[in-house]
Amino acid sequence: MRSKSSAEFRRKIALHAALVPLALIWLFPLWMMFVFSTMSENGIFSPGIVLTPSDQFVQNFVVLERDVGFLRATTISILVAAAYTLLSVALTSMAGWALASYRFVGKGVVLATILGTLTLPYFVVVIPQFIMVARDFGLDNTWFALIVPPLFNSLGVLFMRQTFQMMPGELFDAARVEGVKEWRIFLFVGLPLARPAIAALSIILFLHSWNNYLWPLLINSKPAMMTAPVALGSLIGLTKVSWGGIMTGAVMLTAPMLILFVALQRHFVAGISAGAVK
Amino acid sequence: MRLRTQTAYAFLTPYLLVFLAFWIWPIANSFWLSFLNTRSANWTFNPRVTWGRLLVDPAFANALWNTLIILVIQVPIMIALATVLATLLNSSMLKARGLFRFAFFAPVVVGEVAYAAVFRLMFNHEFGIINKMLAVASVPAIPWLSSPNAAMAVIIIAVTWRWAGYNAIIILAGLQSIPEDVYEAATLDGVSKTRQFFFITLPLLRPVIVLCVVISVIGTMQLFSEPFLITNRGGPGQATETLGLFLYRQAFGAFNFGYASAIAYTIAALAIVISLINLWLGRERE
Repeated sequence: MRSKSSAEFRRKIALHAALVPLALIWLFPLWMMFVFSTMSENGIFSPGIVLTPSDQFVQNFVVLERDVGFLRATTISILVAAAYTLLSVALTSMAGWALASYRFVGKGVVLATILGTLTLPYFVVVIPQFIMVARDFGLDNTWFALIVPPLFNSLGVLFMRQTFQMMPGELFDAARVEGVKEWRIFLFVGLPLARPAIAALSIILFLHSWNNYLWPLLINSKPAMMTAPVALGSLIGLTKVSWGGIMTGAVMLTAPMLILFVALQRHFVAGISAGAVK
Repeated sequence: MRLRTQTAYAFLTPYLLVFLAFWIWPIANSFWLSFLNTRSANWTFNPRVTWGRLLVDPAFANALWNTLIILVIQVPIMIALATVLATLLNSSMLKARGLFRFAFFAPVVVGEVAYAAVFRLMFNHEFGIINKMLAVASVPAIPWLSSPNAAMAVIIIAVTWRWAGYNAIIILAGLQSIPEDVYEAATLDGVSKTRQFFFITLPLLRPVIVLCVVISVIGTMQLFSEPFLITNRGGPGQATETLGLFLYRQAFGAFNFGYASAIAYTIAALAIVISLINLWLGRERE
Protein backbone atom coordinates (compact mmCIF):
# COMPACT_ATOMS: atom_id res chain seq x y z
CA MET A 1 0.00 0.00 0.00
CA ARG A 2 2.75 2.41 0.99
CA SER A 3 4.80 1.74 -2.17
CA LYS A 4 1.76 2.42 -4.34
CA SER A 5 1.11 5.79 -2.75
CA SER A 6 4.76 6.79 -2.96
CA ALA A 7 4.77 5.86 -6.65
CA GLU A 8 1.72 8.04 -7.08
CA PHE A 9 3.48 10.85 -5.24
CA ARG A 10 6.46 10.57 -7.57
CA ARG A 11 4.18 10.74 -10.59
CA LYS A 12 2.52 13.80 -9.17
CA ILE A 13 5.89 15.51 -8.73
CA ALA A 14 6.94 14.55 -12.26
CA LEU A 15 3.68 15.92 -13.69
CA HIS A 16 4.16 19.29 -12.02
CA ALA A 17 7.88 19.37 -12.77
CA ALA A 18 7.01 19.06 -16.46
CA LEU A 19 4.12 21.52 -16.48
CA VAL A 20 5.41 24.37 -14.31
CA PRO A 21 8.41 25.36 -16.50
CA LEU A 22 6.30 24.97 -19.64
CA ALA A 23 3.56 27.16 -18.18
CA LEU A 24 6.13 29.82 -17.23
CA ILE A 25 7.54 29.81 -20.78
CA TRP A 26 4.01 30.16 -22.15
CA LEU A 27 3.19 33.06 -19.84
CA PHE A 28 6.49 34.80 -20.53
CA PRO A 29 5.52 36.72 -23.73
CA LEU A 30 2.32 38.00 -22.12
CA TRP A 31 4.17 39.03 -18.98
CA MET A 32 6.87 40.78 -21.03
CA MET A 33 4.20 42.56 -23.07
CA PHE A 34 2.96 44.04 -19.81
CA VAL A 35 6.47 44.79 -18.51
CA PHE A 36 7.54 46.50 -21.76
CA SER A 37 4.40 48.62 -21.72
CA THR A 38 5.47 50.10 -18.39
CA MET A 39 9.10 50.76 -19.34
CA SER A 40 10.66 53.88 -20.77
CA GLU A 41 12.22 53.69 -24.23
CA ASN A 42 15.69 53.79 -22.63
CA GLY A 43 14.69 50.99 -20.30
CA ILE A 44 13.57 48.69 -23.12
CA PHE A 45 16.80 49.27 -25.00
CA SER A 46 19.18 49.06 -22.05
CA PRO A 47 21.57 46.13 -21.74
CA GLY A 48 20.22 44.82 -18.41
CA ILE A 49 17.52 42.20 -17.98
CA VAL A 50 14.37 43.70 -16.48
CA LEU A 51 11.54 41.32 -15.63
CA THR A 52 9.44 43.51 -13.37
CA PRO A 53 7.14 46.39 -14.35
CA SER A 54 8.17 50.02 -14.12
CA ASP A 55 5.88 53.08 -14.03
CA GLN A 56 5.84 54.57 -17.55
CA PHE A 57 2.54 53.10 -18.81
CA VAL A 58 0.72 56.44 -18.97
CA GLN A 59 3.63 58.22 -20.65
CA ASN A 60 3.83 55.42 -23.22
CA PHE A 61 0.13 55.65 -23.83
CA VAL A 62 0.37 59.40 -24.44
CA VAL A 63 3.01 58.72 -27.11
CA LEU A 64 0.86 56.02 -28.71
CA GLU A 65 -2.17 58.32 -28.72
CA ARG A 66 -0.10 61.03 -30.39
CA ASP A 67 1.29 58.60 -33.00
CA VAL A 68 -1.92 56.90 -34.19
CA GLY A 69 -4.92 58.21 -32.25
CA PHE A 70 -5.34 54.92 -30.48
CA LEU A 71 -8.45 55.85 -28.49
CA ARG A 72 -10.44 56.62 -31.61
CA ALA A 73 -9.21 53.40 -33.23
CA THR A 74 -10.20 51.43 -30.12
CA THR A 75 -13.66 53.03 -30.12
CA ILE A 76 -14.09 52.00 -33.76
CA SER A 77 -12.97 48.47 -32.91
CA ILE A 78 -15.44 48.18 -30.03
CA LEU A 79 -18.38 49.48 -32.06
CA VAL A 80 -17.54 47.30 -35.06
CA ALA A 81 -17.12 44.16 -32.94
CA ALA A 82 -20.40 44.83 -31.12
CA ALA A 83 -22.36 45.49 -34.32
CA TYR A 84 -20.80 42.52 -36.08
CA THR A 85 -21.55 40.17 -33.18
CA LEU A 86 -25.16 41.33 -32.89
CA LEU A 87 -25.84 41.09 -36.62
CA SER A 88 -24.04 37.80 -37.07
CA VAL A 89 -25.89 36.17 -34.16
CA ALA A 90 -29.20 37.43 -35.57
CA LEU A 91 -28.54 36.26 -39.14
CA THR A 92 -26.97 32.92 -38.28
CA SER A 93 -29.49 31.92 -35.62
CA MET A 94 -32.35 32.65 -38.03
CA ALA A 95 -30.66 30.61 -40.75
CA GLY A 96 -29.79 27.83 -38.29
CA TRP A 97 -33.41 27.78 -37.12
CA ALA A 98 -34.70 27.40 -40.68
CA LEU A 99 -32.27 24.56 -41.42
CA ALA A 100 -33.13 22.78 -38.18
CA SER A 101 -36.90 23.21 -38.16
CA TYR A 102 -38.29 23.02 -41.67
CA ARG A 103 -38.38 20.77 -44.69
CA PHE A 104 -38.15 22.97 -47.76
CA VAL A 105 -37.21 23.06 -51.41
CA GLY A 106 -33.47 23.62 -51.84
CA LYS A 107 -32.50 22.64 -48.29
CA GLY A 108 -30.02 20.05 -49.50
CA VAL A 109 -28.38 22.54 -51.83
CA VAL A 110 -28.06 25.22 -49.15
CA LEU A 111 -26.53 22.80 -46.64
CA ALA A 112 -24.20 21.23 -49.17
CA THR A 113 -23.01 24.67 -50.34
CA ILE A 114 -22.27 25.79 -46.79
CA LEU A 115 -20.51 22.56 -45.80
CA GLY A 116 -18.71 22.15 -49.10
CA THR A 117 -17.10 25.58 -49.02
CA LEU A 118 -16.51 25.76 -45.26
CA THR A 119 -12.80 25.01 -45.29
CA LEU A 120 -11.87 27.11 -48.33
CA PRO A 121 -9.11 29.56 -47.45
CA TYR A 122 -10.15 33.16 -46.90
CA PHE A 123 -7.65 34.25 -49.56
CA VAL A 124 -9.95 32.78 -52.21
CA VAL A 125 -12.60 35.43 -51.47
CA VAL A 126 -10.62 38.41 -50.26
CA ILE A 127 -9.61 39.73 -53.69
CA PRO A 128 -13.14 39.88 -55.20
CA GLN A 129 -14.44 41.23 -51.88
CA PHE A 130 -11.89 44.01 -52.08
CA ILE A 131 -12.62 44.78 -55.74
CA MET A 132 -16.36 44.82 -55.09
CA VAL A 133 -16.37 46.88 -51.90
CA ALA A 134 -13.51 49.30 -52.60
CA ARG A 135 -13.49 49.66 -56.38
CA ASP A 136 -17.00 48.90 -57.66
CA PHE A 137 -18.92 50.53 -54.83
CA GLY A 138 -16.28 52.88 -53.41
CA LEU A 139 -17.20 51.80 -49.89
CA ASP A 140 -13.69 51.57 -48.49
CA ASN A 141 -13.08 53.41 -45.22
CA THR A 142 -16.70 53.02 -44.14
CA TRP A 143 -18.48 51.25 -41.29
CA PHE A 144 -20.27 49.12 -43.87
CA ALA A 145 -16.97 47.76 -45.16
CA LEU A 146 -15.82 46.80 -41.68
CA ILE A 147 -19.05 45.21 -40.49
CA VAL A 148 -21.00 43.66 -43.38
CA PRO A 149 -18.62 41.58 -45.58
CA PRO A 150 -17.29 39.49 -42.66
CA LEU A 151 -20.90 38.44 -41.89
CA PHE A 152 -20.57 35.66 -44.49
CA ASN A 153 -19.04 33.43 -41.77
CA SER A 154 -21.13 30.24 -41.77
CA LEU A 155 -19.81 28.81 -38.52
CA GLY A 156 -22.73 30.27 -36.57
CA VAL A 157 -25.27 28.77 -38.97
CA LEU A 158 -24.04 25.23 -38.36
CA PHE A 159 -23.58 25.85 -34.65
CA MET A 160 -27.10 27.25 -34.21
CA ARG A 161 -28.63 24.59 -36.46
CA GLN A 162 -27.12 21.92 -34.24
CA THR A 163 -28.32 23.73 -31.13
CA PHE A 164 -31.92 23.89 -32.35
CA GLN A 165 -31.82 20.30 -33.57
CA MET A 166 -30.91 19.06 -30.12
CA MET A 167 -33.99 20.68 -28.58
CA PRO A 168 -37.07 18.48 -28.15
CA GLY A 169 -39.28 19.09 -31.19
CA GLU A 170 -42.52 18.47 -29.24
CA LEU A 171 -41.94 21.79 -27.53
CA PHE A 172 -42.29 23.67 -30.79
CA ASP A 173 -45.03 21.39 -32.12
CA ALA A 174 -47.13 22.09 -29.04
CA ALA A 175 -46.90 25.80 -29.83
CA ARG A 176 -47.77 25.14 -33.47
CA VAL A 177 -50.91 23.22 -32.45
CA GLU A 178 -51.92 26.27 -30.44
CA GLY A 179 -51.61 28.28 -33.64
CA VAL A 180 -48.58 30.34 -32.59
CA LYS A 181 -46.84 31.98 -35.55
CA GLU A 182 -43.45 30.57 -36.59
CA TRP A 183 -41.48 33.76 -35.94
CA ARG A 184 -42.97 33.94 -32.44
CA ILE A 185 -41.97 30.32 -31.76
CA PHE A 186 -38.42 31.16 -32.90
CA LEU A 187 -38.26 34.38 -30.92
CA PHE A 188 -39.96 33.34 -27.68
CA VAL A 189 -39.32 29.59 -27.43
CA GLY A 190 -36.28 28.70 -29.55
CA LEU A 191 -33.99 31.66 -28.85
CA PRO A 192 -34.40 31.73 -25.05
CA LEU A 193 -33.62 28.01 -24.91
CA ALA A 194 -30.51 28.61 -27.02
CA ARG A 195 -29.07 31.18 -24.62
CA PRO A 196 -25.92 29.23 -23.61
CA ALA A 197 -25.11 28.50 -27.26
CA ILE A 198 -25.66 32.15 -28.19
CA ALA A 199 -23.33 33.20 -25.38
CA ALA A 200 -20.57 30.92 -26.65
CA LEU A 201 -21.11 32.02 -30.24
CA SER A 202 -21.15 35.73 -29.34
CA ILE A 203 -17.85 35.47 -27.50
CA ILE A 204 -16.14 33.77 -30.42
CA LEU A 205 -17.58 36.24 -32.96
CA PHE A 206 -16.63 39.25 -30.86
CA LEU A 207 -13.09 37.94 -30.46
CA HIS A 208 -12.84 37.29 -34.21
CA SER A 209 -13.89 40.83 -35.03
CA TRP A 210 -11.80 42.45 -32.30
CA ASN A 211 -8.63 40.72 -33.51
CA ASN A 212 -9.44 40.81 -37.25
CA TYR A 213 -6.46 42.26 -39.07
CA LEU A 214 -6.19 41.50 -42.79
CA TRP A 215 -9.60 42.72 -43.98
CA PRO A 216 -9.61 46.01 -41.98
CA LEU A 217 -6.00 46.55 -43.10
CA LEU A 218 -7.04 46.29 -46.75
CA ILE A 219 -10.33 48.09 -46.66
CA ASN A 220 -9.92 50.80 -44.01
CA SER A 221 -6.45 52.19 -44.43
CA LYS A 222 -7.39 55.84 -43.86
CA PRO A 223 -6.12 56.85 -40.39
CA ALA A 224 -9.53 58.22 -39.36
CA MET A 225 -11.22 54.84 -39.96
CA MET A 226 -8.53 52.42 -38.77
CA THR A 227 -9.39 49.73 -36.23
CA ALA A 228 -7.10 49.32 -33.25
CA PRO A 229 -5.10 46.34 -34.62
CA VAL A 230 -4.57 48.16 -37.94
CA ALA A 231 -3.49 51.35 -36.16
CA LEU A 232 -1.07 49.42 -33.98
CA GLY A 233 0.20 47.36 -36.91
CA SER A 234 0.95 50.55 -38.86
CA LEU A 235 3.62 51.40 -36.27
CA ILE A 236 5.39 48.03 -36.37
CA GLY A 237 8.25 48.22 -38.84
CA LEU A 238 8.71 51.98 -38.74
CA THR A 239 12.31 52.89 -37.92
CA LYS A 240 11.71 55.73 -35.48
CA VAL A 241 8.93 54.45 -33.30
CA SER A 242 8.17 54.15 -29.61
CA TRP A 243 8.19 50.47 -28.66
CA GLY A 244 6.87 51.38 -25.24
CA GLY A 245 3.90 52.93 -27.01
CA ILE A 246 3.36 49.87 -29.20
CA MET A 247 3.44 47.62 -26.15
CA THR A 248 0.89 49.84 -24.38
CA GLY A 249 -1.41 49.34 -27.36
CA ALA A 250 -0.77 45.60 -27.36
CA VAL A 251 -1.73 45.45 -23.68
CA MET A 252 -4.88 47.49 -24.31
CA LEU A 253 -5.89 45.11 -27.10
CA THR A 254 -5.09 41.98 -25.10
CA ALA A 255 -6.04 42.73 -21.48
CA PRO A 256 -9.83 43.06 -22.05
CA MET A 257 -9.90 39.73 -23.89
CA LEU A 258 -7.84 38.04 -21.16
CA ILE A 259 -10.25 39.34 -18.51
CA LEU A 260 -13.20 38.11 -20.59
CA PHE A 261 -11.43 34.79 -21.01
CA VAL A 262 -10.90 34.32 -17.28
CA ALA A 263 -14.49 35.31 -16.52
CA LEU A 264 -16.09 33.24 -19.27
CA GLN A 265 -13.58 30.43 -19.80
CA ARG A 266 -16.33 27.80 -20.03
CA HIS A 267 -18.02 29.60 -22.94
CA PHE A 268 -14.71 30.20 -24.72
CA VAL A 269 -13.77 26.55 -24.50
CA ALA A 270 -17.26 25.48 -25.60
CA GLY A 271 -17.09 27.87 -28.56
CA ILE A 272 -13.65 26.70 -29.64
CA SER A 273 -14.40 22.98 -29.38
CA ALA A 274 -17.71 23.51 -31.20
CA GLY A 275 -15.99 25.63 -33.83
CA ALA A 276 -13.50 22.87 -34.48
CA VAL A 277 -16.06 20.08 -34.64
CA LYS A 278 -18.02 21.69 -37.42
CA MET B 1 -42.65 17.24 -41.57
CA ARG B 2 -44.62 19.14 -44.14
CA LEU B 3 -43.01 21.34 -46.75
CA ARG B 4 -42.61 24.94 -45.51
CA THR B 5 -40.50 26.51 -48.20
CA GLN B 6 -41.85 30.04 -47.75
CA THR B 7 -41.40 30.14 -43.98
CA ALA B 8 -37.92 28.65 -44.26
CA TYR B 9 -36.72 31.24 -46.76
CA ALA B 10 -38.16 34.05 -44.69
CA PHE B 11 -35.70 33.01 -42.00
CA LEU B 12 -32.86 32.17 -44.38
CA THR B 13 -32.87 35.10 -46.79
CA PRO B 14 -31.00 37.72 -44.73
CA TYR B 15 -28.08 35.36 -44.16
CA LEU B 16 -28.17 33.93 -47.67
CA LEU B 17 -27.84 37.42 -49.17
CA VAL B 18 -24.59 38.08 -47.29
CA PHE B 19 -23.40 34.54 -47.90
CA LEU B 20 -23.95 34.78 -51.65
CA ALA B 21 -22.56 38.31 -52.00
CA PHE B 22 -19.44 37.93 -49.85
CA TRP B 23 -18.64 34.24 -50.04
CA ILE B 24 -20.13 32.30 -52.97
CA TRP B 25 -19.82 35.02 -55.59
CA PRO B 26 -16.21 35.86 -54.64
CA ILE B 27 -15.29 32.16 -54.78
CA ALA B 28 -16.55 31.98 -58.36
CA ASN B 29 -15.24 35.42 -59.26
CA SER B 30 -11.67 34.82 -58.11
CA PHE B 31 -11.61 31.55 -60.05
CA TRP B 32 -12.52 33.53 -63.18
CA LEU B 33 -10.04 36.27 -62.28
CA SER B 34 -7.26 33.69 -62.09
CA PHE B 35 -7.46 33.35 -65.88
CA LEU B 36 -7.36 37.08 -66.63
CA ASN B 37 -4.49 39.39 -67.33
CA THR B 38 -5.50 42.14 -64.89
CA ARG B 39 -2.55 44.32 -65.71
CA SER B 40 -3.85 45.28 -69.13
CA ALA B 41 -6.32 48.16 -69.41
CA ASN B 42 -9.15 45.77 -70.28
CA TRP B 43 -8.90 42.57 -68.33
CA THR B 44 -8.40 39.93 -70.99
CA PHE B 45 -8.35 36.15 -70.90
CA ASN B 46 -4.70 35.13 -70.65
CA PRO B 47 -3.91 32.29 -68.23
CA ARG B 48 -0.29 32.33 -69.40
CA VAL B 49 0.41 35.38 -67.21
CA THR B 50 -1.35 33.86 -64.19
CA TRP B 51 -1.29 30.06 -64.04
CA GLY B 52 1.57 29.93 -66.52
CA ARG B 53 3.63 32.36 -64.45
CA LEU B 54 3.23 30.21 -61.32
CA LEU B 55 5.33 27.54 -62.98
CA VAL B 56 8.27 29.81 -63.72
CA ASP B 57 8.18 32.50 -61.02
CA PRO B 58 11.11 31.93 -58.60
CA ALA B 59 9.43 34.23 -56.05
CA PHE B 60 6.41 31.93 -55.99
CA ALA B 61 8.62 28.84 -55.68
CA ASN B 62 10.39 30.52 -52.76
CA ALA B 63 7.11 31.35 -50.98
CA LEU B 64 5.80 27.82 -51.58
CA TRP B 65 9.02 26.30 -50.26
CA ASN B 66 8.99 28.49 -47.12
CA THR B 67 5.35 27.66 -46.43
CA LEU B 68 5.93 23.92 -46.79
CA ILE B 69 9.02 24.08 -44.55
CA ILE B 70 7.02 25.82 -41.83
CA LEU B 71 4.20 23.32 -42.33
CA VAL B 72 6.41 20.25 -42.09
CA ILE B 73 8.29 21.45 -39.01
CA GLN B 74 5.71 23.46 -37.11
CA VAL B 75 2.53 21.38 -37.38
CA PRO B 76 3.97 18.07 -36.04
CA ILE B 77 5.78 19.83 -33.17
CA MET B 78 2.68 21.77 -32.20
CA ILE B 79 0.26 18.82 -32.42
CA ALA B 80 2.60 16.59 -30.38
CA LEU B 81 2.96 19.33 -27.80
CA ALA B 82 -0.80 19.94 -27.73
CA THR B 83 -1.47 16.23 -27.22
CA VAL B 84 0.97 16.04 -24.32
CA LEU B 85 -0.41 19.25 -22.83
CA ALA B 86 -4.01 18.04 -23.06
CA THR B 87 -3.08 14.71 -21.45
CA LEU B 88 -1.22 16.40 -18.59
CA LEU B 89 -3.98 18.99 -18.08
CA ASN B 90 -6.53 16.16 -17.95
CA SER B 91 -4.67 14.34 -15.16
CA SER B 92 -6.67 13.99 -11.95
CA MET B 93 -3.47 14.55 -9.96
CA LEU B 94 -3.03 18.10 -11.24
CA LYS B 95 -3.12 20.95 -8.72
CA ALA B 96 -4.04 24.54 -9.66
CA ARG B 97 -5.66 23.30 -12.86
CA GLY B 98 -7.22 26.70 -13.62
CA LEU B 99 -3.84 28.42 -13.50
CA PHE B 100 -2.26 25.95 -15.92
CA ARG B 101 -5.21 26.17 -18.28
CA PHE B 102 -4.90 29.94 -18.26
CA ALA B 103 -1.19 29.76 -19.11
CA PHE B 104 -1.69 27.57 -22.17
CA PHE B 105 -5.10 28.73 -23.36
CA ALA B 106 -4.58 32.50 -22.96
CA PRO B 107 -2.69 32.91 -26.30
CA VAL B 108 -5.93 31.86 -28.04
CA VAL B 109 -7.47 35.27 -27.29
CA VAL B 110 -4.36 37.33 -28.12
CA GLY B 111 -4.59 39.16 -31.44
CA GLU B 112 -2.05 38.70 -34.21
CA VAL B 113 -0.79 42.28 -34.08
CA ALA B 114 -0.30 42.33 -30.31
CA TYR B 115 1.60 39.07 -30.15
CA ALA B 116 3.61 39.80 -33.28
CA ALA B 117 4.78 43.05 -31.69
CA VAL B 118 5.95 41.31 -28.52
CA PHE B 119 7.76 38.54 -30.38
CA ARG B 120 9.46 41.05 -32.61
CA LEU B 121 10.71 42.98 -29.62
CA MET B 122 11.73 39.88 -27.64
CA PHE B 123 13.78 38.53 -30.53
CA ASN B 124 15.51 41.82 -31.32
CA HIS B 125 19.17 41.14 -32.05
CA GLU B 126 20.83 43.73 -29.83
CA PHE B 127 18.25 44.54 -27.18
CA GLY B 128 15.89 41.57 -27.19
CA ILE B 129 15.25 39.83 -23.90
CA ILE B 130 15.91 36.42 -25.50
CA ASN B 131 19.47 37.28 -26.50
CA LYS B 132 20.05 39.00 -23.14
CA MET B 133 19.03 35.78 -21.38
CA LEU B 134 21.16 33.67 -23.70
CA ALA B 135 24.09 35.95 -22.86
CA VAL B 136 23.66 35.04 -19.18
CA ALA B 137 24.15 31.42 -20.25
CA SER B 138 27.19 32.56 -22.30
CA VAL B 139 25.45 31.86 -25.60
CA PRO B 140 26.51 34.42 -28.22
CA ALA B 141 23.74 36.68 -29.51
CA ILE B 142 21.71 35.10 -32.34
CA PRO B 143 20.70 37.45 -35.18
CA TRP B 144 17.11 36.18 -34.90
CA LEU B 145 15.46 38.46 -37.42
CA SER B 146 18.35 39.01 -39.81
CA SER B 147 19.47 35.43 -40.40
CA PRO B 148 17.20 33.42 -42.72
CA ASN B 149 17.13 30.22 -40.66
CA ALA B 150 16.78 31.98 -37.33
CA ALA B 151 13.95 34.11 -38.72
CA MET B 152 12.14 30.94 -39.79
CA ALA B 153 12.66 29.58 -36.28
CA VAL B 154 11.10 32.72 -34.79
CA ILE B 155 8.02 32.33 -37.00
CA ILE B 156 7.70 28.67 -35.99
CA ILE B 157 8.13 29.47 -32.29
CA ALA B 158 5.59 32.29 -32.48
CA VAL B 159 2.94 30.25 -34.30
CA THR B 160 3.45 27.33 -31.91
CA TRP B 161 3.04 29.63 -28.91
CA ARG B 162 -0.14 31.10 -30.35
CA TRP B 163 -1.88 27.87 -31.45
CA ALA B 164 -0.69 24.97 -29.22
CA GLY B 165 -3.29 25.80 -26.56
CA TYR B 166 -6.04 26.06 -29.15
CA ASN B 167 -5.31 22.52 -30.30
CA ALA B 168 -4.95 21.35 -26.70
CA ILE B 169 -8.51 22.60 -26.03
CA ILE B 170 -9.83 20.47 -28.89
CA ILE B 171 -7.80 17.41 -27.87
CA LEU B 172 -8.84 17.87 -24.24
CA ALA B 173 -12.49 17.75 -25.32
CA GLY B 174 -11.66 14.51 -27.15
CA LEU B 175 -9.92 13.08 -24.09
CA GLN B 176 -12.88 13.84 -21.87
CA SER B 177 -15.18 11.90 -24.18
CA ILE B 178 -13.17 8.69 -23.59
CA PRO B 179 -15.14 6.69 -20.97
CA GLU B 180 -13.36 6.32 -17.63
CA ASP B 181 -14.07 2.57 -17.33
CA VAL B 182 -11.74 1.81 -20.24
CA TYR B 183 -8.85 2.97 -18.06
CA GLU B 184 -10.23 1.29 -14.95
CA ALA B 185 -10.34 -2.04 -16.77
CA ALA B 186 -6.78 -1.53 -18.05
CA THR B 187 -5.51 -0.62 -14.58
CA LEU B 188 -7.14 -3.74 -13.11
CA ASP B 189 -5.35 -5.77 -15.77
CA GLY B 190 -2.08 -4.21 -14.62
CA VAL B 191 -1.44 -2.09 -17.73
CA SER B 192 0.98 0.74 -16.90
CA LYS B 193 0.01 4.40 -17.37
CA THR B 194 2.53 4.84 -20.15
CA ARG B 195 1.23 1.85 -22.06
CA GLN B 196 -2.35 3.05 -21.48
CA PHE B 197 -1.41 6.36 -23.14
CA PHE B 198 0.10 4.70 -26.21
CA PHE B 199 -2.34 1.81 -26.63
CA ILE B 200 -5.64 3.29 -25.43
CA THR B 201 -5.53 7.09 -25.41
CA LEU B 202 -3.68 7.77 -28.66
CA PRO B 203 -5.68 5.34 -30.84
CA LEU B 204 -8.97 6.68 -29.46
CA LEU B 205 -7.78 10.25 -30.01
CA ARG B 206 -6.82 9.64 -33.62
CA PRO B 207 -9.89 11.28 -35.21
CA VAL B 208 -9.47 14.38 -33.03
CA ILE B 209 -5.75 14.63 -33.76
CA VAL B 210 -6.39 14.26 -37.50
CA LEU B 211 -8.93 17.07 -37.19
CA CYS B 212 -6.33 19.28 -35.46
CA VAL B 213 -3.77 18.51 -38.15
CA VAL B 214 -6.25 19.42 -40.89
CA ILE B 215 -7.19 22.72 -39.18
CA SER B 216 -3.51 23.54 -38.66
CA VAL B 217 -2.58 22.73 -42.26
CA ILE B 218 -5.32 25.02 -43.56
CA GLY B 219 -4.18 27.73 -41.16
CA THR B 220 -0.48 27.40 -42.00
CA MET B 221 -1.15 27.52 -45.73
CA GLN B 222 -2.64 30.98 -45.10
CA LEU B 223 0.10 32.27 -42.79
CA PHE B 224 0.31 36.02 -43.28
CA SER B 225 0.43 38.26 -40.20
CA GLU B 226 3.47 36.66 -38.58
CA PRO B 227 5.91 37.10 -41.50
CA PHE B 228 4.24 40.43 -42.31
CA LEU B 229 4.77 41.88 -38.84
CA ILE B 230 7.39 39.85 -36.95
CA THR B 231 9.96 39.41 -39.71
CA ASN B 232 9.10 42.70 -41.42
CA ARG B 233 7.36 41.67 -44.69
CA GLY B 234 8.95 38.24 -44.97
CA GLY B 235 12.50 39.26 -44.23
CA PRO B 236 15.42 39.05 -44.17
CA GLY B 237 15.20 39.42 -47.94
CA GLN B 238 12.45 36.98 -48.89
CA ALA B 239 13.60 34.31 -46.40
CA THR B 240 10.29 34.08 -44.52
CA GLU B 241 7.93 35.07 -47.30
CA THR B 242 4.94 32.74 -47.19
CA LEU B 243 2.28 32.08 -49.83
CA GLY B 244 -0.14 34.32 -47.93
CA LEU B 245 2.31 37.20 -47.85
CA PHE B 246 3.28 36.69 -51.51
CA LEU B 247 -0.40 36.79 -52.45
CA TYR B 248 -0.87 39.96 -50.40
CA ARG B 249 2.02 41.68 -52.16
CA GLN B 250 0.80 40.63 -55.62
CA ALA B 251 -2.83 41.59 -54.97
CA PHE B 252 -2.53 44.72 -52.86
CA GLY B 253 1.00 45.89 -53.58
CA ALA B 254 1.20 45.29 -57.32
CA PHE B 255 -2.61 45.19 -57.79
CA ASN B 256 -2.15 42.12 -59.98
CA PHE B 257 -5.49 40.55 -59.07
CA GLY B 258 -5.38 37.82 -61.72
CA TYR B 259 -2.04 36.42 -60.65
CA ALA B 260 -2.98 36.75 -56.97
CA SER B 261 -6.20 34.80 -57.61
CA ALA B 262 -4.19 31.98 -59.17
CA ILE B 263 -2.05 31.96 -56.02
CA ALA B 264 -5.20 31.89 -53.88
CA TYR B 265 -6.52 28.85 -55.71
CA THR B 266 -3.13 27.17 -55.44
CA ILE B 267 -3.27 27.71 -51.67
CA ALA B 268 -6.79 26.24 -51.61
CA ALA B 269 -5.82 23.24 -53.74
CA LEU B 270 -2.74 22.48 -51.63
CA ALA B 271 -4.72 22.83 -48.39
CA ILE B 272 -7.35 20.43 -49.69
CA VAL B 273 -4.84 17.89 -51.02
CA ILE B 274 -2.72 17.88 -47.85
CA SER B 275 -5.87 17.63 -45.70
CA LEU B 276 -7.14 14.68 -47.73
CA ILE B 277 -3.78 12.91 -47.39
CA ASN B 278 -3.99 13.40 -43.63
CA LEU B 279 -7.56 12.15 -43.50
CA TRP B 280 -6.50 9.12 -45.54
CA LEU B 281 -3.49 8.40 -43.33
CA GLY B 282 -5.59 8.81 -40.21
CA ARG B 283 -8.57 6.78 -41.40
CA GLU B 284 -9.96 3.99 -39.24
CA ARG B 285 -8.36 0.73 -40.29
CA GLU B 286 -10.14 -2.57 -40.01
